Amino acid sequence: MLSYILRRLAGLLPTLIIIVTVSFLILRLAPGGPFDQEQTLSPAVRANLERLYGLDRPLAVQYLGYLRALAHGDFGPSLRSRDFSVGELIRQGVPVSATLGLSALALALLCGIPAGIGAALWRGRAADWLVSASSALGLALPSFVVGPLLVLIFALTLHWLPAGGWEGGSLRYLLLPAVTLALPVAAALARLTRASLLESLRAPYVRSARARGLGSARVLLRHALPPALLPVVSYLGPAVAFVITGSLVVETVFGLPGTGRYLVQGAIDRDYPLVMGMILVYAVLTLLLNFLADLAYGWLDPGVRHG
Amino acid sequence: MAEAAVAIPGLWRAAGRRLRAQRAAPLAALGLAVLVGLALLGPALSPHRYDGLDWQHLAQPPGSLAAHWLGTDRLGRDLYVRALHGLRLSLLVSALASAVSLVIGIAYGAIAGFAGGRTDGLMMRGVDVLYSLPYLFIVIILTSLMPRGSLAVLLLALGAVGWLTSARIVRGQTLALKRREFIEAARALGVRPLTILVRHVIPNLLGPVIVYATLTVPQMILFESFLSFLGLGVQEPRASLGSLVALGAQEMSSAPWMLLVPATLLVLLLLCLNVLGDGLRDALDPREC
Repeated sequence: MLSYILRRLAGLLPTLIIIVTVSFLILRLAPGGPFDQEQTLSPAVRANLERLYGLDRPLAVQYLGYLRALAHGDFGPSLRSRDFSVGELIRQGVPVSATLGLSALALALLCGIPAGIGAALWRGRAADWLVSASSALGLALPSFVVGPLLVLIFALTLHWLPAGGWEGGSLRYLLLPAVTLALPVAAALARLTRASLLESLRAPYVRSARARGLGSARVLLRHALPPALLPVVSYLGPAVAFVITGSLVVETVFGLPGTGRYLVQGAIDRDYPLVMGMILVYAVLTLLLNFLADLAYGWLDPGVRHG
Repeated sequence: MAEAAVAIPGLWRAAGRRLRAQRAAPLAALGLAVLVGLALLGPALSPHRYDGLDWQHLAQPPGSLAAHWLGTDRLGRDLYVRALHGLRLSLLVSALASAVSLVIGIAYGAIAGFAGGRTDGLMMRGVDVLYSLPYLFIVIILTSLMPRGSLAVLLLALGAVGWLTSARIVRGQTLALKRREFIEAARALGVRPLTILVRHVIPNLLGPVIVYATLTVPQMILFESFLSFLGLGVQEPRASLGSLVALGAQEMSSAPWMLLVPATLLVLLLLCLNVLGDGLRDALDPREC
Protein backbone atom coordinates (compact mmCIF):
# COMPACT_ATOMS: atom_id res chain seq x y z
CA MET A 1 0.00 0.00 0.00
CA LEU A 2 2.77 2.43 0.96
CA SER A 3 4.74 1.72 -2.20
CA TYR A 4 1.56 2.26 -4.22
CA ILE A 5 1.00 5.65 -2.58
CA LEU A 6 4.61 6.68 -3.18
CA ARG A 7 4.46 5.55 -6.79
CA ARG A 8 1.27 7.49 -7.41
CA LEU A 9 2.71 10.61 -5.74
CA ALA A 10 5.83 10.38 -7.88
CA GLY A 11 3.57 10.07 -10.92
CA LEU A 12 2.09 13.48 -10.10
CA LEU A 13 5.44 15.21 -10.63
CA PRO A 14 5.59 14.93 -14.47
CA THR A 15 2.00 16.22 -14.62
CA LEU A 16 3.00 19.22 -12.53
CA ILE A 17 5.99 19.93 -14.76
CA ILE A 18 3.72 19.77 -17.82
CA ILE A 19 1.29 22.17 -16.15
CA VAL A 20 4.12 24.60 -15.32
CA THR A 21 5.49 24.40 -18.87
CA VAL A 22 2.14 24.85 -20.61
CA SER A 23 1.11 27.77 -18.39
CA PHE A 24 4.54 29.37 -18.80
CA LEU A 25 4.31 29.15 -22.57
CA ILE A 26 0.72 30.39 -22.79
CA LEU A 27 1.52 33.34 -20.52
CA ARG A 28 4.67 34.37 -22.36
CA LEU A 29 3.53 33.80 -25.91
CA ALA A 30 0.36 35.85 -25.44
CA PRO A 31 0.58 39.50 -26.46
CA GLY A 32 1.04 42.19 -23.82
CA GLY A 33 3.42 42.51 -20.91
CA PRO A 34 3.30 43.37 -17.20
CA PHE A 35 4.32 46.99 -17.73
CA ASP A 36 1.87 47.83 -20.51
CA GLN A 37 -0.85 49.54 -18.48
CA GLU A 38 1.38 52.27 -17.09
CA GLN A 39 1.38 54.70 -19.98
CA THR A 40 3.86 57.13 -18.45
CA LEU A 41 6.72 54.63 -18.50
CA SER A 42 9.66 55.86 -20.58
CA PRO A 43 11.46 53.26 -22.72
CA ALA A 44 14.57 53.47 -20.54
CA VAL A 45 12.67 52.85 -17.30
CA ARG A 46 10.77 50.04 -18.93
CA ALA A 47 13.97 48.41 -20.17
CA ASN A 48 15.44 48.73 -16.69
CA LEU A 49 12.37 47.16 -15.11
CA GLU A 50 12.47 44.32 -17.57
CA ARG A 51 16.14 43.77 -16.87
CA LEU A 52 15.51 43.84 -13.12
CA TYR A 53 12.99 41.00 -13.42
CA GLY A 54 15.02 39.15 -16.04
CA LEU A 55 12.31 39.55 -18.70
CA ASP A 56 14.86 40.64 -21.31
CA ARG A 57 16.64 37.29 -21.32
CA PRO A 58 15.79 34.47 -23.76
CA LEU A 59 12.61 32.57 -22.92
CA ALA A 60 14.40 29.26 -22.40
CA VAL A 61 16.79 30.86 -19.88
CA GLN A 62 13.84 32.43 -18.02
CA TYR A 63 12.04 29.09 -17.97
CA LEU A 64 14.99 27.18 -16.57
CA GLY A 65 15.63 29.94 -14.06
CA TYR A 66 11.99 29.76 -12.94
CA LEU A 67 12.17 25.99 -12.52
CA ARG A 68 15.40 26.26 -10.52
CA ALA A 69 13.87 28.88 -8.22
CA LEU A 70 10.74 26.75 -7.81
CA ALA A 71 12.84 23.77 -6.76
CA HIS A 72 14.14 25.96 -3.93
CA GLY A 73 10.59 26.96 -2.98
CA ASP A 74 10.95 30.47 -4.43
CA PHE A 75 7.94 31.66 -6.45
CA GLY A 76 9.61 34.91 -7.45
CA PRO A 77 8.54 38.53 -6.89
CA SER A 78 5.10 39.89 -7.76
CA LEU A 79 5.49 42.33 -10.63
CA ARG A 80 2.53 44.46 -9.56
CA SER A 81 2.34 44.26 -5.78
CA ARG A 82 5.97 45.37 -5.53
CA ASP A 83 6.23 45.01 -1.76
CA PHE A 84 5.25 41.35 -1.72
CA SER A 85 6.79 38.19 -3.06
CA VAL A 86 4.42 35.69 -4.67
CA GLY A 87 5.24 33.30 -1.84
CA GLU A 88 3.92 35.84 0.68
CA LEU A 89 0.74 36.42 -1.31
CA ILE A 90 0.17 32.66 -1.46
CA ARG A 91 0.69 32.35 2.29
CA GLN A 92 -1.87 35.12 2.83
CA GLY A 93 -4.42 33.73 0.38
CA VAL A 94 -4.31 29.99 0.92
CA PRO A 95 -5.73 29.93 4.48
CA VAL A 96 -8.75 31.97 3.32
CA SER A 97 -9.42 29.83 0.25
CA ALA A 98 -8.79 26.60 2.15
CA THR A 99 -11.17 27.55 4.96
CA LEU A 100 -13.84 28.48 2.45
CA GLY A 101 -13.34 25.37 0.30
CA LEU A 102 -13.23 22.87 3.15
CA SER A 103 -16.25 24.29 4.97
CA ALA A 104 -18.21 24.31 1.69
CA LEU A 105 -17.24 20.70 1.01
CA ALA A 106 -18.20 19.64 4.55
CA LEU A 107 -21.50 21.49 4.27
CA ALA A 108 -22.24 19.86 0.91
CA LEU A 109 -21.51 16.37 2.24
CA LEU A 110 -23.56 16.90 5.41
CA CYS A 111 -26.60 18.17 3.49
CA GLY A 112 -26.34 16.36 0.16
CA ILE A 113 -25.87 12.75 1.23
CA PRO A 114 -28.63 12.63 3.91
CA ALA A 115 -31.00 14.40 1.51
CA GLY A 116 -30.26 11.81 -1.16
CA ILE A 117 -30.78 8.93 1.28
CA GLY A 118 -34.07 10.41 2.42
CA ALA A 119 -35.26 10.86 -1.16
CA ALA A 120 -34.41 7.26 -2.02
CA LEU A 121 -36.10 5.82 1.09
CA TRP A 122 -39.29 7.83 0.58
CA ARG A 123 -39.30 7.41 -3.16
CA GLY A 124 -42.22 9.05 -4.93
CA ARG A 125 -43.38 10.87 -1.80
CA ALA A 126 -43.29 14.57 -1.04
CA ALA A 127 -39.79 14.36 0.47
CA ASP A 128 -38.43 12.78 -2.71
CA TRP A 129 -40.13 15.36 -4.87
CA LEU A 130 -38.77 18.17 -2.71
CA VAL A 131 -35.19 16.86 -2.84
CA SER A 132 -35.33 16.19 -6.58
CA ALA A 133 -36.78 19.59 -7.39
CA SER A 134 -34.40 21.50 -5.16
CA SER A 135 -31.38 19.62 -6.47
CA ALA A 136 -32.42 20.35 -10.07
CA LEU A 137 -32.71 23.99 -9.09
CA GLY A 138 -29.41 23.89 -7.19
CA LEU A 139 -27.64 22.59 -10.28
CA ALA A 140 -29.17 25.29 -12.47
CA LEU A 141 -28.22 28.16 -10.16
CA PRO A 142 -24.71 29.39 -10.94
CA SER A 143 -22.65 30.61 -7.96
CA PHE A 144 -22.41 34.09 -9.35
CA VAL A 145 -26.21 34.31 -9.29
CA VAL A 146 -26.70 32.64 -5.91
CA GLY A 147 -24.04 34.79 -4.24
CA PRO A 148 -25.54 38.18 -5.11
CA LEU A 149 -29.08 36.86 -4.43
CA LEU A 150 -28.11 35.67 -0.94
CA VAL A 151 -26.44 39.02 -0.27
CA LEU A 152 -29.55 40.80 -1.49
CA ILE A 153 -31.79 38.77 0.83
CA PHE A 154 -29.72 38.21 3.97
CA ALA A 155 -27.45 41.25 3.99
CA LEU A 156 -29.23 44.11 2.24
CA THR A 157 -32.86 43.29 3.05
CA LEU A 158 -32.84 41.40 6.35
CA HIS A 159 -29.50 42.77 7.65
CA TRP A 160 -28.71 39.46 9.35
CA LEU A 161 -25.27 38.86 7.86
CA PRO A 162 -22.50 41.00 6.38
CA ALA A 163 -22.50 41.46 2.59
CA GLY A 164 -18.84 40.58 2.15
CA GLY A 165 -15.36 40.73 3.59
CA TRP A 166 -13.51 38.21 5.67
CA GLU A 167 -12.51 39.59 9.12
CA GLY A 168 -10.34 36.60 10.00
CA GLY A 169 -12.90 34.08 8.82
CA SER A 170 -15.47 34.33 11.63
CA LEU A 171 -18.63 32.32 11.11
CA ARG A 172 -20.78 35.34 10.28
CA TYR A 173 -18.53 36.20 7.37
CA LEU A 174 -17.99 32.61 6.28
CA LEU A 175 -21.64 31.53 6.17
CA LEU A 176 -22.94 33.10 2.94
CA PRO A 177 -19.85 32.31 0.80
CA ALA A 178 -19.72 28.72 2.07
CA VAL A 179 -23.43 28.16 1.38
CA THR A 180 -23.04 29.64 -2.11
CA LEU A 181 -20.12 27.37 -2.89
CA ALA A 182 -21.71 24.28 -1.32
CA LEU A 183 -25.11 24.50 -3.03
CA PRO A 184 -24.32 22.95 -6.44
CA VAL A 185 -22.11 20.27 -4.88
CA ALA A 186 -24.80 19.36 -2.36
CA ALA A 187 -27.35 19.18 -5.19
CA ALA A 188 -25.14 16.87 -7.26
CA LEU A 189 -24.38 14.70 -4.20
CA ALA A 190 -28.08 14.38 -3.34
CA ARG A 191 -28.94 13.27 -6.89
CA LEU A 192 -26.09 10.82 -7.05
CA THR A 193 -26.84 9.31 -3.63
CA ARG A 194 -30.53 8.97 -4.46
CA ALA A 195 -29.91 7.22 -7.79
CA SER A 196 -27.27 4.80 -6.55
CA LEU A 197 -29.12 3.96 -3.34
CA LEU A 198 -32.28 3.21 -5.34
CA GLU A 199 -30.25 0.86 -7.48
CA SER A 200 -28.62 -0.91 -4.55
CA LEU A 201 -31.95 -1.23 -2.70
CA ARG A 202 -33.13 -3.39 -5.62
CA ALA A 203 -29.98 -5.53 -5.60
CA PRO A 204 -30.35 -9.26 -4.80
CA TYR A 205 -28.14 -9.13 -1.70
CA VAL A 206 -30.36 -6.45 -0.18
CA ARG A 207 -33.47 -8.48 -0.94
CA SER A 208 -31.91 -11.56 0.63
CA ALA A 209 -30.83 -9.56 3.69
CA ARG A 210 -34.45 -8.45 4.04
CA ALA A 211 -35.66 -11.99 3.51
CA ARG A 212 -33.44 -13.13 6.35
CA GLY A 213 -35.53 -10.85 8.53
CA LEU A 214 -32.98 -8.16 9.29
CA GLY A 215 -34.36 -4.85 10.49
CA SER A 216 -34.68 -2.13 7.89
CA ALA A 217 -32.17 0.16 9.60
CA ARG A 218 -29.61 -2.63 9.65
CA VAL A 219 -30.25 -3.55 6.01
CA LEU A 220 -29.79 0.08 5.03
CA LEU A 221 -26.64 0.77 7.03
CA ARG A 222 -24.84 -2.54 6.57
CA HIS A 223 -25.94 -3.77 3.17
CA ALA A 224 -27.51 -1.13 0.95
CA LEU A 225 -25.63 2.04 1.83
CA PRO A 226 -21.91 1.12 1.56
CA PRO A 227 -21.99 0.03 -2.09
CA ALA A 228 -24.32 2.92 -2.90
CA LEU A 229 -21.75 5.39 -1.62
CA LEU A 230 -19.09 4.27 -4.13
CA PRO A 231 -20.19 6.54 -6.99
CA VAL A 232 -20.55 9.31 -4.41
CA VAL A 233 -16.93 8.89 -3.35
CA SER A 234 -15.72 8.83 -6.93
CA TYR A 235 -17.65 12.05 -7.48
CA LEU A 236 -15.56 13.65 -4.73
CA GLY A 237 -12.68 14.22 -7.16
CA PRO A 238 -14.76 16.31 -9.59
CA ALA A 239 -16.51 17.91 -6.60
CA VAL A 240 -13.19 19.09 -5.23
CA ALA A 241 -12.21 20.48 -8.63
CA PHE A 242 -15.58 22.22 -8.76
CA VAL A 243 -15.14 23.73 -5.31
CA ILE A 244 -11.65 24.93 -6.24
CA THR A 245 -12.76 26.65 -9.43
CA GLY A 246 -15.99 27.78 -7.78
CA SER A 247 -14.09 29.45 -4.96
CA LEU A 248 -12.74 31.79 -7.60
CA VAL A 249 -16.24 33.07 -8.36
CA VAL A 250 -17.29 33.17 -4.74
CA GLU A 251 -14.16 35.05 -3.68
CA THR A 252 -14.83 37.61 -6.41
CA VAL A 253 -18.51 37.98 -5.46
CA PHE A 254 -17.89 38.38 -1.73
CA GLY A 255 -14.57 40.23 -2.01
CA LEU A 256 -12.64 37.64 0.00
CA PRO A 257 -8.83 37.97 0.17
CA GLY A 258 -8.19 34.45 -1.14
CA THR A 259 -5.98 33.07 -3.87
CA GLY A 260 -8.68 33.17 -6.57
CA ARG A 261 -8.75 36.94 -6.64
CA TYR A 262 -4.97 37.10 -7.08
CA LEU A 263 -5.22 34.71 -10.01
CA VAL A 264 -7.81 36.74 -11.94
CA GLN A 265 -6.17 40.08 -11.16
CA GLY A 266 -2.73 38.65 -11.95
CA ALA A 267 -3.89 37.35 -15.32
CA ILE A 268 -5.37 40.74 -16.22
CA ASP A 269 -2.20 42.56 -15.08
CA ARG A 270 0.14 40.06 -16.81
CA ASP A 271 1.83 39.55 -13.45
CA TYR A 272 3.61 36.41 -14.69
CA PRO A 273 5.11 35.08 -11.42
CA LEU A 274 1.86 35.70 -9.53
CA VAL A 275 -0.29 33.81 -12.08
CA MET A 276 2.23 30.98 -12.28
CA GLY A 277 2.31 30.70 -8.49
CA MET A 278 -1.48 30.60 -8.19
CA ILE A 279 -1.83 28.06 -10.99
CA LEU A 280 0.72 25.87 -9.23
CA VAL A 281 -1.13 26.11 -5.93
CA TYR A 282 -4.43 25.14 -7.57
CA ALA A 283 -2.83 22.38 -9.62
CA VAL A 284 -1.16 20.80 -6.58
CA LEU A 285 -4.43 21.04 -4.65
CA THR A 286 -6.48 19.50 -7.46
CA LEU A 287 -4.02 16.66 -8.03
CA LEU A 288 -3.59 15.87 -4.33
CA LEU A 289 -7.30 15.88 -3.54
CA ASN A 290 -8.10 13.75 -6.57
CA PHE A 291 -5.44 11.35 -5.37
CA LEU A 292 -7.04 11.22 -1.92
CA ALA A 293 -10.44 10.55 -3.51
CA ASP A 294 -8.87 7.66 -5.46
CA LEU A 295 -7.42 6.24 -2.26
CA ALA A 296 -10.77 6.49 -0.49
CA TYR A 297 -12.39 4.68 -3.41
CA GLY A 298 -9.88 1.84 -3.22
CA TRP A 299 -10.40 1.62 0.51
CA LEU A 300 -14.19 1.35 0.18
CA ASP A 301 -14.33 -1.01 -2.78
CA PRO A 302 -12.51 -4.30 -2.26
CA GLY A 303 -12.69 -4.91 -6.01
CA VAL A 304 -10.17 -2.23 -6.83
CA ARG A 305 -8.00 -2.51 -3.73
CA HIS A 306 -4.34 -2.06 -4.62
CA GLY A 307 -1.65 -4.45 -3.41
CA MET B 1 -24.48 3.64 -44.18
CA ALA B 2 -27.26 1.16 -44.77
CA GLU B 3 -26.78 -0.22 -41.29
CA ALA B 4 -27.04 3.23 -39.80
CA ALA B 5 -30.22 3.90 -41.74
CA VAL B 6 -31.78 0.69 -40.45
CA ALA B 7 -30.64 0.75 -36.85
CA ILE B 8 -31.01 4.35 -35.79
CA PRO B 9 -34.66 5.23 -36.56
CA GLY B 10 -35.92 2.42 -34.32
CA LEU B 11 -33.66 3.53 -31.53
CA TRP B 12 -34.68 7.16 -31.96
CA ARG B 13 -38.39 6.40 -32.20
CA ALA B 14 -38.27 4.38 -29.00
CA ALA B 15 -36.24 7.08 -27.32
CA GLY B 16 -38.71 9.73 -28.47
CA ARG B 17 -41.57 7.72 -27.02
CA ARG B 18 -39.79 7.39 -23.69
CA LEU B 19 -38.96 11.08 -23.74
CA ARG B 20 -42.60 12.07 -24.27
CA ALA B 21 -43.66 9.73 -21.48
CA GLN B 22 -41.59 11.64 -18.95
CA ARG B 23 -43.20 14.40 -16.97
CA ALA B 24 -40.50 17.05 -16.73
CA ALA B 25 -38.69 16.72 -20.05
CA PRO B 26 -41.52 17.81 -22.41
CA LEU B 27 -42.16 20.78 -20.15
CA ALA B 28 -38.48 21.69 -20.30
CA ALA B 29 -38.51 21.37 -24.09
CA LEU B 30 -41.49 23.72 -24.23
CA GLY B 31 -39.76 26.17 -21.90
CA LEU B 32 -36.63 26.06 -24.01
CA ALA B 33 -38.64 26.69 -27.18
CA VAL B 34 -40.27 29.72 -25.55
CA LEU B 35 -36.88 31.06 -24.42
CA VAL B 36 -35.32 30.58 -27.84
CA GLY B 37 -38.35 32.24 -29.46
CA LEU B 38 -38.08 35.16 -27.06
CA ALA B 39 -34.39 35.51 -27.78
CA LEU B 40 -34.97 35.52 -31.53
CA LEU B 41 -38.14 37.62 -31.78
CA GLY B 42 -38.45 39.39 -28.43
CA PRO B 43 -36.08 42.32 -29.00
CA ALA B 44 -37.92 43.28 -32.20
CA LEU B 45 -41.20 43.74 -30.26
CA SER B 46 -39.79 46.68 -28.34
CA PRO B 47 -38.84 49.97 -30.04
CA HIS B 48 -35.63 50.21 -28.01
CA ARG B 49 -32.14 49.05 -28.91
CA TYR B 50 -29.80 47.19 -26.56
CA ASP B 51 -27.36 50.11 -26.55
CA GLY B 52 -29.91 52.93 -26.78
CA LEU B 53 -29.79 55.41 -23.91
CA ASP B 54 -32.88 57.05 -22.45
CA TRP B 55 -31.69 59.98 -20.33
CA GLN B 56 -35.22 60.79 -19.13
CA HIS B 57 -35.63 57.41 -17.43
CA LEU B 58 -32.55 56.28 -15.51
CA ALA B 59 -32.75 53.20 -13.25
CA GLN B 60 -36.52 52.82 -13.38
CA PRO B 61 -38.01 49.66 -11.80
CA PRO B 62 -40.12 47.27 -13.94
CA GLY B 63 -43.76 48.19 -14.37
CA SER B 64 -43.26 51.85 -13.55
CA LEU B 65 -43.14 52.93 -17.18
CA ALA B 66 -45.20 51.98 -20.20
CA ALA B 67 -42.21 52.50 -22.50
CA HIS B 68 -39.75 50.19 -20.69
CA TRP B 69 -41.46 46.89 -19.83
CA LEU B 70 -38.81 45.59 -17.47
CA GLY B 71 -37.40 48.93 -16.40
CA THR B 72 -34.08 50.52 -17.25
CA ASP B 73 -30.52 50.39 -15.94
CA ARG B 74 -28.36 53.19 -14.59
CA LEU B 75 -27.67 54.51 -18.09
CA GLY B 76 -31.33 54.37 -19.08
CA ARG B 77 -30.93 51.33 -21.30
CA ASP B 78 -34.04 49.18 -21.72
CA LEU B 79 -33.66 46.09 -19.55
CA TYR B 80 -36.16 43.95 -21.48
CA VAL B 81 -34.24 44.40 -24.70
CA ARG B 82 -30.86 44.02 -23.04
CA ALA B 83 -31.84 40.84 -21.18
CA LEU B 84 -33.21 39.21 -24.34
CA HIS B 85 -30.19 40.40 -26.30
CA GLY B 86 -28.01 38.78 -23.64
CA LEU B 87 -30.08 35.60 -23.82
CA ARG B 88 -29.58 35.50 -27.59
CA LEU B 89 -25.84 36.03 -27.27
CA SER B 90 -25.50 33.41 -24.53
CA LEU B 91 -27.43 30.88 -26.63
CA LEU B 92 -25.43 31.66 -29.75
CA VAL B 93 -22.03 31.52 -28.06
CA SER B 94 -22.78 28.32 -26.18
CA ALA B 95 -24.26 26.57 -29.22
CA LEU B 96 -21.27 27.50 -31.37
CA ALA B 97 -18.81 26.61 -28.62
CA SER B 98 -20.50 23.22 -28.19
CA ALA B 99 -20.24 22.69 -31.94
CA VAL B 100 -16.54 23.63 -31.93
CA SER B 101 -15.79 21.27 -29.06
CA LEU B 102 -17.84 18.48 -30.68
CA VAL B 103 -16.03 18.76 -34.00
CA ILE B 104 -12.61 18.66 -32.31
CA GLY B 105 -13.74 15.85 -30.01
CA ILE B 106 -15.19 13.72 -32.83
CA ALA B 107 -12.13 14.12 -35.03
CA TYR B 108 -9.67 13.43 -32.21
CA GLY B 109 -11.58 10.58 -30.60
CA ALA B 110 -12.45 8.83 -33.86
CA ILE B 111 -8.86 8.98 -35.11
CA ALA B 112 -7.47 7.73 -31.77
CA GLY B 113 -9.97 4.89 -31.51
CA PHE B 114 -9.69 3.89 -35.15
CA ALA B 115 -5.88 3.98 -35.23
CA GLY B 116 -5.63 2.00 -32.00
CA GLY B 117 -2.41 0.68 -30.53
CA ARG B 118 0.35 3.09 -29.66
CA THR B 119 -1.18 6.10 -31.44
CA ASP B 120 -4.36 5.62 -29.41
CA GLY B 121 -2.41 5.27 -26.18
CA LEU B 122 -0.40 8.39 -26.83
CA MET B 123 -3.38 10.49 -27.91
CA MET B 124 -5.52 9.49 -24.94
CA ARG B 125 -2.61 9.98 -22.55
CA GLY B 126 -2.51 13.56 -23.83
CA VAL B 127 -6.21 13.93 -23.01
CA ASP B 128 -5.56 12.59 -19.50
CA VAL B 129 -2.86 15.17 -18.90
CA LEU B 130 -5.08 17.98 -20.20
CA TYR B 131 -7.85 16.74 -17.91
CA SER B 132 -5.68 17.24 -14.86
CA LEU B 133 -4.93 20.85 -15.81
CA PRO B 134 -7.07 23.35 -13.94
CA TYR B 135 -8.85 24.07 -17.22
CA LEU B 136 -10.92 27.03 -16.09
CA PHE B 137 -7.70 28.83 -15.27
CA ILE B 138 -6.31 28.14 -18.68
CA VAL B 139 -9.51 29.60 -20.15
CA ILE B 140 -9.26 32.64 -17.91
CA ILE B 141 -5.65 33.18 -18.92
CA LEU B 142 -6.44 32.66 -22.60
CA THR B 143 -9.29 35.15 -22.58
CA SER B 144 -7.55 37.69 -20.37
CA LEU B 145 -4.50 37.75 -22.58
CA MET B 146 -6.31 38.04 -25.93
CA PRO B 147 -8.00 41.16 -27.28
CA ARG B 148 -11.08 41.77 -25.14
CA GLY B 149 -14.54 41.04 -26.34
CA SER B 150 -13.48 39.06 -29.35
CA LEU B 151 -16.20 36.42 -29.85
CA ALA B 152 -13.73 34.24 -31.75
CA VAL B 153 -11.40 34.05 -28.74
CA LEU B 154 -14.32 33.29 -26.47
CA LEU B 155 -15.50 30.47 -28.74
CA LEU B 156 -12.01 29.08 -29.09
CA ALA B 157 -11.38 29.15 -25.34
CA LEU B 158 -14.72 27.46 -24.56
CA GLY B 159 -14.30 24.91 -27.34
CA ALA B 160 -10.80 24.12 -26.12
CA VAL B 161 -12.28 23.17 -22.76
CA GLY B 162 -15.18 21.07 -23.93
CA TRP B 163 -13.66 18.67 -26.39
CA LEU B 164 -11.89 16.41 -23.90
CA THR B 165 -14.96 14.54 -22.68
CA SER B 166 -16.46 14.20 -26.14
CA ALA B 167 -13.14 12.84 -27.42
CA ARG B 168 -13.28 10.14 -24.73
CA ILE B 169 -16.88 9.20 -25.52
CA VAL B 170 -16.20 9.11 -29.27
CA ARG B 171 -13.09 6.99 -28.82
CA GLY B 172 -15.01 4.44 -26.75
CA GLN B 173 -17.76 4.25 -29.36
CA THR B 174 -15.21 3.93 -32.16
CA LEU B 175 -13.44 1.06 -30.41
CA ALA B 176 -16.76 -0.79 -30.18
CA LEU B 177 -17.73 0.02 -33.79
CA LYS B 178 -14.37 -1.04 -35.19
CA ARG B 179 -15.07 -4.71 -34.56
CA ARG B 180 -18.46 -4.68 -36.29
CA GLU B 181 -18.92 -6.70 -39.46
CA PHE B 182 -19.72 -3.82 -41.80
CA ILE B 183 -16.41 -2.14 -40.97
CA GLU B 184 -14.59 -5.39 -41.52
CA ALA B 185 -16.41 -5.83 -44.83
CA ALA B 186 -15.40 -2.35 -45.96
CA ARG B 187 -11.84 -3.09 -45.01
CA ALA B 188 -11.89 -6.42 -46.85
CA LEU B 189 -13.17 -4.60 -49.93
CA GLY B 190 -10.05 -2.43 -49.81
CA VAL B 191 -11.69 0.88 -48.80
CA ARG B 192 -9.12 3.36 -47.56
CA PRO B 193 -9.03 3.87 -43.76
CA LEU B 194 -9.89 7.57 -43.99
CA THR B 195 -12.95 6.79 -46.12
CA ILE B 196 -14.06 4.09 -43.67
CA LEU B 197 -13.68 6.61 -40.86
CA VAL B 198 -15.69 9.32 -42.59
CA ARG B 199 -18.33 7.17 -44.31
CA HIS B 200 -18.90 4.37 -41.83
CA VAL B 201 -17.55 5.13 -38.36
CA ILE B 202 -18.48 8.77 -37.76
CA PRO B 203 -22.13 8.56 -38.97
CA ASN B 204 -22.68 5.64 -36.61
CA LEU B 205 -21.42 7.35 -33.51
CA LEU B 206 -23.41 10.54 -33.95
CA GLY B 207 -26.31 9.37 -31.74
CA PRO B 208 -24.62 9.23 -28.33
CA VAL B 209 -22.55 12.22 -29.27
CA ILE B 210 -25.64 14.33 -29.96
CA VAL B 211 -27.01 13.43 -26.55
CA TYR B 212 -23.73 14.41 -25.00
CA ALA B 213 -23.89 17.69 -26.88
CA THR B 214 -27.19 18.63 -25.24
CA LEU B 215 -25.44 18.12 -21.92
CA THR B 216 -22.54 20.37 -22.99
CA VAL B 217 -24.70 23.35 -23.97
CA PRO B 218 -25.70 24.31 -20.40
CA GLN B 219 -22.08 23.90 -19.33
CA MET B 220 -20.96 26.24 -22.07
CA ILE B 221 -23.63 28.76 -21.05
CA LEU B 222 -22.30 28.59 -17.50
CA PHE B 223 -18.71 29.06 -18.64
CA GLU B 224 -19.59 31.89 -20.98
CA SER B 225 -21.65 33.78 -18.43
CA PHE B 226 -18.99 33.14 -15.80
CA LEU B 227 -16.29 34.63 -18.04
CA SER B 228 -18.53 37.57 -18.86
CA PHE B 229 -19.25 37.95 -15.16
CA LEU B 230 -15.52 38.27 -14.50
CA GLY B 231 -15.37 40.88 -17.27
CA LEU B 232 -13.39 38.61 -19.58
CA GLY B 233 -16.11 37.70 -22.05
CA VAL B 234 -18.64 39.85 -23.87
CA GLN B 235 -17.84 43.56 -23.56
CA GLU B 236 -20.06 46.64 -23.20
CA PRO B 237 -22.28 47.87 -24.73
CA ARG B 238 -23.11 44.33 -25.81
CA ALA B 239 -24.60 42.17 -23.10
CA SER B 240 -24.61 38.53 -22.22
CA LEU B 241 -26.60 37.10 -19.32
CA GLY B 242 -23.36 36.84 -17.32
CA SER B 243 -22.31 40.45 -17.82
CA LEU B 244 -25.86 41.61 -17.02
CA VAL B 245 -25.78 39.66 -13.75
CA ALA B 246 -22.40 41.20 -12.93
CA LEU B 247 -23.75 44.68 -13.63
CA GLY B 248 -26.87 43.95 -11.60
CA ALA B 249 -24.82 42.65 -8.68
CA GLN B 250 -23.03 45.99 -8.48
CA GLU B 251 -26.30 47.91 -8.36
CA MET B 252 -28.42 45.51 -6.35
CA SER B 253 -28.72 47.63 -3.23
CA SER B 254 -30.46 50.43 -5.15
CA ALA B 255 -31.82 48.63 -8.24
CA PRO B 256 -32.40 44.93 -7.40
CA TRP B 257 -34.39 44.33 -10.61
CA MET B 258 -31.19 44.80 -12.60
CA LEU B 259 -29.94 41.60 -10.96
CA LEU B 260 -33.25 39.75 -10.79
CA VAL B 261 -34.25 40.02 -14.46
CA PRO B 262 -31.11 38.50 -16.07
CA ALA B 263 -30.64 36.05 -13.16
CA THR B 264 -34.17 34.68 -13.63
CA LEU B 265 -33.63 34.23 -17.38
CA LEU B 266 -30.28 32.51 -16.84
CA VAL B 267 -31.65 30.13 -14.22
CA LEU B 268 -34.71 29.27 -16.31
CA LEU B 269 -32.53 28.58 -19.34
CA LEU B 270 -30.12 26.36 -17.40
CA LEU B 271 -32.98 24.56 -15.67
CA CYS B 272 -34.71 23.75 -18.99
CA LEU B 273 -31.49 22.59 -20.62
CA ASN B 274 -30.48 20.44 -17.64
CA VAL B 275 -33.86 18.77 -17.31
CA LEU B 276 -34.11 18.19 -21.06
CA GLY B 277 -30.58 16.77 -21.15
CA ASP B 278 -31.31 14.40 -18.27
CA GLY B 279 -34.55 13.34 -19.95
CA LEU B 280 -32.77 12.64 -23.24
CA ARG B 281 -30.12 10.61 -21.48
CA ASP B 282 -32.68 8.55 -19.59
CA ALA B 283 -34.71 8.06 -22.77
CA LEU B 284 -31.74 6.75 -24.72
CA ASP B 285 -30.53 4.59 -21.85
CA PRO B 286 -33.61 2.49 -21.10
CA ARG B 287 -32.22 1.02 -17.88
CA GLU B 288 -35.12 1.66 -15.50
CA CYS B 289 -33.98 4.01 -12.78
